[in-house]
Amino acid sequence: MTDPVLATHNISKQFGALKASDDISLTLRPGEIHAIIGPNGAGKSTLIAQICGTLAPDSGRVELMGRDVTALTTRARAQAGLGRTFQISALAMEDTVLQNALLGALGARGGAFAMFRRALSDTNLRDVAMMALERVGLADEASMRTSDLSHGQRRQLEVAIALTLNPKAFVMDEPMAGMGAEGSAKMTGLLDELRKEAPILLVEHDMDAVFALADRLSVLVYGRIIATGSVSEIRANKDVQQAYLGEDA
Amino acid sequence: MTFILLIEQVLNGLQFGVMLFLMAAGLTLVFGVMGLINLAHGSLYMVGAFAAAAVAGATGSFLLALAAALAAAAAAGALMELLVIRRLYNRDHLDQVLATFALILIFSEGTRWLFGSFPLYLDIPDALSGPVTLPGGIAYPAYRLAIIAIGLVIAAGLFWLIARTRLGIRIRAGESDREMIAALGVDISKLYTIVFALGAALAGLAGALVGAIQSVQVGMGEPVLILAFVVIVIGGIGSIKGALIGAILVGLTDTLGGIALPAVLRLVTDNATATSTGAALSSMLIYILMAGVLIWRPQGLFGAQA
Amino acid sequence: MKRETLINAALLLGLLLVPLWAYVTDEPFTITLATKVAILALAGVGLNIALGLGGLVSLGHAAFFGIGGYAMGILASHAQSYTPLMESPFLIEGTKSMPVIWVTAILASALAALVIGTLSLRTSGVYFIMITLAFGQMLFFFAISWPAYGGEDGLSIYVRNGFPGMNTLDPIQFFALCFALLLAALWFSHRLANAPFGLALNAARQSPARVETVGLSPFHLRLIAFIISGAITGLAGALFADLNRFVSPNMLSWQTSGEIMIFIILGGVGRLCGPVAGAALFIALEHFLGGLSEFWHIWLGLLLLLVVLFARGGLIGVLAGRQVAHD
Repeated sequence: MTDPVLATHNISKQFGALKASDDISLTLRPGEIHAIIGPNGAGKSTLIAQICGTLAPDSGRVELMGRDVTALTTRARAQAGLGRTFQISALAMEDTVLQNALLGALGARGGAFAMFRRALSDTNLRDVAMMALERVGLADEASMRTSDLSHGQRRQLEVAIALTLNPKAFVMDEPMAGMGAEGSAKMTGLLDELRKEAPILLVEHDMDAVFALADRLSVLVYGRIIATGSVSEIRANKDVQQAYLGEDA
Repeated sequence: MTFILLIEQVLNGLQFGVMLFLMAAGLTLVFGVMGLINLAHGSLYMVGAFAAAAVAGATGSFLLALAAALAAAAAAGALMELLVIRRLYNRDHLDQVLATFALILIFSEGTRWLFGSFPLYLDIPDALSGPVTLPGGIAYPAYRLAIIAIGLVIAAGLFWLIARTRLGIRIRAGESDREMIAALGVDISKLYTIVFALGAALAGLAGALVGAIQSVQVGMGEPVLILAFVVIVIGGIGSIKGALIGAILVGLTDTLGGIALPAVLRLVTDNATATSTGAALSSMLIYILMAGVLIWRPQGLFGAQA
Repeated sequence: MKRETLINAALLLGLLLVPLWAYVTDEPFTITLATKVAILALAGVGLNIALGLGGLVSLGHAAFFGIGGYAMGILASHAQSYTPLMESPFLIEGTKSMPVIWVTAILASALAALVIGTLSLRTSGVYFIMITLAFGQMLFFFAISWPAYGGEDGLSIYVRNGFPGMNTLDPIQFFALCFALLLAALWFSHRLANAPFGLALNAARQSPARVETVGLSPFHLRLIAFIISGAITGLAGALFADLNRFVSPNMLSWQTSGEIMIFIILGGVGRLCGPVAGAALFIALEHFLGGLSEFWHIWLGLLLLLVVLFARGGLIGVLAGRQVAHD
């Protein structure tokens, strides 16, 4: 079996009496989409925060490309190849769509301390940014003000910025949240394409999308992973049906 | 001799700290509950001092003067809140800074226009004008001791108010969750006005009490305001306990540092250099203290984790 | 955008034409007023880089303004008394040369901004405001109690410092120097805003989490912006002291910080020429209202209050409408 691109080893995080992450170990292999599902409050956001470095686990390790990144900052993890999208869009709303994408391209280049060149006339940067926007279908909106984008378009821009980083692994926090059926379908198609470039750790509530995309699924309940497996395995899993799907279905 | 001096300076520091606490308490409450940074808090201190000086001049009664200071500052505070401040709660800090800076200009020039540029004087009441002999034979001004006592009583009262009363419960609720207290049916805008006026009254009281030691003049509030900022940054914004401990820390550092630093420097350099360098450095001491606290704990001693 | 460019051009042209006209009609006082506007606008351009672009509400920029002022005062006073600043380990003499003074002012205030910024940028929001204010006060009290350079009374120099090939005693020539520096600073801050650095800094103001997830450091971006900002304000301080041939702790006072901020607000936050419009308005008000009433600060306060409460874009915002760069 190939080595995982991204892995967590027994990470735990406790807030007071609440075990938000309880001994979580999971892997993300090359070329796959690994979806994390679970009811609200299961600890998905806490898990993502620990993987991306905004929260330090009480114990356990996070590895990226076989390297221990547990002690690294968010910034260093990004530089090491982690491309993240946010659940609630974190964009520079006053700037244009292109400027937001350029920011990612700047990050990929490793620094933003050039003070005299016009960022918009740097063709290298611009090409990287425009290519990412084209991939997500926002090329025509490049010069729009970001705050004028629709909700779905903002989610697409999130993905575009992650793309400009040319990451080794994507971590996507509910990229379909709040999207209509059409938007979801479009995003599903896009993610399906992207997995060829880098595997995706996908936290998502939209079950149609998850079942359509995921190579593997992990079910998170009360901070524990109660099952990991293929879509059919998870569907057949008794514990999962009881703990999670059973309530919904 | 040096021991007596030390005790005296500790008492001076305590008195200074207690006054800073009266200022800082209002600032930190207003920030904790309403999320507002109020530069014009020093103006309320000035209003209190001028009201006290005017009433004392007219009636000769120090108690009436204190009452006037409380009333005038609370009224000015309530008015300020109703007319201007409440429009700023949802604004960013920059707008708050500028609008309250504008209020300082208006209050300071308005006061100068009413009272003129010359300082007024407020006399210490006769009953407290002499020194008191403390155990150990230390003579210390009775008025300054009274200030320390008043300050500590008010601090205790504030702790009681916040911990035990309905108003206090609402204030604490307002600090943690504004929508929650609205949902509980508390009239938020009234609560805000009350909290603001309460903070203003404390500032006015501090102004009147200090006005009897120093002169009462336009611009007296701002230096104290900035020290009060230092206090709440050290103590942690929003924390009354932090304000008290921060205030006493700043008061003691300021008075003791002014004596200790030149003395220490005298050990390593000549007298004149030690005196001048010591004076310059001790004037910076509380800011160095603040920087130190921030390096160690950016959210202040008792501040919530940012 | 187009309209704002026109307004900017008109503003700068106006600032150039007023003193020229005053020169022709022989009214040196008006030239001095225009010089003051140019210098204060320069200070505002400096603060605007931290405030408008970086979102850093610094209430301590008087520190840099004052450091620039004292750089001028200290160097020039040593030069006029023919005593060196220090003799060991190496000799440093005073100077009356503006270029040397400017470079010193820029370096000294940049260094101060590095220290103050490193400490202050550990915090954010209201803590940052209070801490920058406190650092400003720290230098203010230091200047008051440090007797070597005049303490509370400040420091006077007899003759304005010199610039190679120019007669700086001639008001119009000194104005030309200040105006040129203002233009250079405006050009620089325009380039900065559109460069990768400005893009990233601007994004860090709006969404620091995003900037971090693309692998950039908001702290470093802000620190560098703060240093550049302090350096430009420091240069303005050196010019201001030269204009008055006097420097005192007053330049370090927190009211000075407040006033520099007022220029930006009156003109419009984050606008390229906001500080120019604001400083011009401020000086005009000071001159005309100050002539009408001793208590003109009341009217200034009311105006400021109205602008903050009801006209948030400032003068340029009112004239040019909604902007793209900042809301």
